[in-house]
Amino acid sequence: MITLKELSEIKERFIENGKKEQKINIVVGLATCGIAAGAKAVYNRLNEEVKARNLKNVDVKIAGCIGMCRLEPLVEVYVPGESKVTYVNVTEDNAAKIVNDHIVNGNIVTEMLVEKD
Amino acid sequence: MYRANILVCCGAECTANNAIQVYNTFEEQIKAYKLEKDVKVLKTSECLELCGNNEGVVVIVYPEGAYYVGVKPEDAKEIVSQHIIKGKIVKRLLKKEKEEAEVKSIEETNFFKKQKRVALKNSGLIDPENIDEYIARDGYQALGKVLTEMKPQDVIDLIKESGLRGRGGGGFPTGLKWEFAKKSQSDKKYVCCNADEGDPGAFMDRSVLEGDPHVLLEAMTIAAYSIGSDQGYIYVRAEYPVAVKRLNIAIEQSRKYGLLGKNILNTGFNFDIDIRLGAGAFVCGEETALMTSIEGKRGEPRPRPPFPAVKGLFGKPTILNNVETYANIPPIILFGAKWFSSMGTEKSKGTKVFALGGKIKNTGLVEIPMGTTLKDVIYDIGGGIPDGKKFKAAQTGGPSGGCIPASLIDIKIDYDNLVSIGSMMGSGGLIVMDEDNCMVDIAKFFLEFTVDESCGKCTPCRIGNKRMYEILDKITKGKAKMEDLDKLEELALYIKENSLCGLGQTAPNPILSTLRYFKDEYIAHIKEKRCPAGVCKQLLRYTILEDKCIGCTRCARNCPTNAISGEVKKPHFIDQEKCIKCGVCMKECKFQAIERK
Repeated sequence: MITLKELSEIKERFIENGKKEQKINIVVGLATCGIAAGAKAVYNRLNEEVKARNLKNVDVKIAGCIGMCRLEPLVEVYVPGESKVTYVNVTEDNAAKIVNDHIVNGNIVTEMLVEKD
Repeated sequence: MYRANILVCCGAECTANNAIQVYNTFEEQIKAYKLEKDVKVLKTSECLELCGNNEGVVVIVYPEGAYYVGVKPEDAKEIVSQHIIKGKIVKRLLKKEKEEAEVKSIEETNFFKKQKRVALKNSGLIDPENIDEYIARDGYQALGKVLTEMKPQDVIDLIKESGLRGRGGGGFPTGLKWEFAKKSQSDKKYVCCNADEGDPGAFMDRSVLEGDPHVLLEAMTIAAYSIGSDQGYIYVRAEYPVAVKRLNIAIEQSRKYGLLGKNILNTGFNFDIDIRLGAGAFVCGEETALMTSIEGKRGEPRPRPPFPAVKGLFGKPTILNNVETYANIPPIILFGAKWFSSMGTEKSKGTKVFALGGKIKNTGLVEIPMGTTLKDVIYDIGGGIPDGKKFKAAQTGGPSGGCIPASLIDIKIDYDNLVSIGSMMGSGGLIVMDEDNCMVDIAKFFLEFTVDESCGKCTPCRIGNKRMYEILDKITKGKAKMEDLDKLEELALYIKENSLCGLGQTAPNPILSTLRYFKDEYIAHIKEKRCPAGVCKQLLRYTILEDKCIGCTRCARNCPTNAISGEVKKPHFIDQEKCIKCGVCMKECKFQAIERK
């Protein structure tokens, strides 16, 4: 059982660790809507890709649904110190491009971004 | 097997730029670090055709696939010491390919800009299976504040002051509901959550359950503290397997931290939550039926009063709120009643989540401040109607609600405005219809749903709805008379008034509201035997245009009911009695000689 003080400590520790590790996070929207659109395969592919390239400072994580069902599967990339990038309609085939072009080589894959509306 | 491979381009251009020297530097460096067994340096004899600029050499390092351009011998040293030894990619040497994109994150789109996220604030952003991520975003802070700084009545007063109303249907003030339950004297009280989202086209509760399950646990614990309960139940449909799985994980993690169970946060307060699975009956979203179902009985409603706040689950005082209502509680506790009531209209405070569906570009979940106009939702957030079609109506409240016609598109969405035009907020499904939708057919669709889902306990709902469905069916088949419209209306009002529970009481709404705004369409079906939107199959008429028909006999040969006759090389003719309106002739005709009206 934790106390209120320990609750705040968990929060601070989580935020501190994030700052210390400076990891790149790749977050896949894995709610029912995403899964129906193929997000599980995308998630698996991203994991394989990160592992095959031996990228130690990259985590592939899951999240719920952000609301834009039309554009699922959605993948968001958080590089420390840079603004978030959202990739839309990601497929098992082009998921590797996110890792190769963006994560490794620092080039945003513009053709996979959401269109300006 | 090497840990890493360094590929140095030795094509003509790179060779001219000292590729050999770069290659040698890599070799020397690898040797210097004694990494010959781990790292292989390779040269390509041909050009990689990936040239970046003319000032250096192209180098690719695997397994990462890092792509360096303009590499000079001194850069090779850096690549080895940083990339190979420390695993840090040398960013300044990477090939910069494209211009900056205009819109990088989804939050920069218009779809997001007009939204205000309170209930969905964590959805899609945090890992729902990791309690620490929720805690890092101020999760369980509201509970901590309630348990250590507030009395139960303070919590209720705050919720009342915020103006929060139930997000699941009728919009009853949440604080008042809690106060009734608090005042009821009993040895045992329950806190329940209605996660039995059954409206066709609504999925906001699922999104919260799947994206932010801890917010629900936290809010239910706050509710329990305010009324004096020690047991909660989440009633969630079994058709939501992902939501159920994540809820179970969340409950387990909360228990481990002592945020559920005995002596929560060391304050002496006890509360635990269990999950009950619903089998998908729509009526179990009605509060009394839901509680009967939790008790393990057949999910049927019972008359009210007594209200659940007095006599609910197992005969004890119970509060039952919807998922989205609960999701608003922790933010209200943390940011205050004033903050919450600063959003929305006079009688509808805060935000509402809508599931946009139907004929709209951006299908999805949106959370908007109450009082946003329907026009803003459909055009600014929803991106408008696809294929340049015209907006005809929007259905809110699912099978319990009604439609809003295009003429009322400037309506400010809140509880009272929607009721005043014959619709309702409901749980927040918003189905958009364009000129190709037949309103009689829409009413029939929703009524078919309620007829299917009626539990059968009371006569008006069981039999009345079935009769209404039959009349609608007659209308869509062109077999109705004008008197049927009066019967339909009379029956609708009777069912509304006399049904036992919310399901029956609201079932006629889709008919009443389409009759109110689209009576001309009903009349066209009856008098002219014509469906203006061209949806009702039985009223369609296929005819052959004599001047276009060359008498090839293709349609006659393909007609499954032999309804087409005619001589070769002479115009053919469709026998309307035999025609089943399947459309095969139209598809087969090479000369556009067949017309559908």
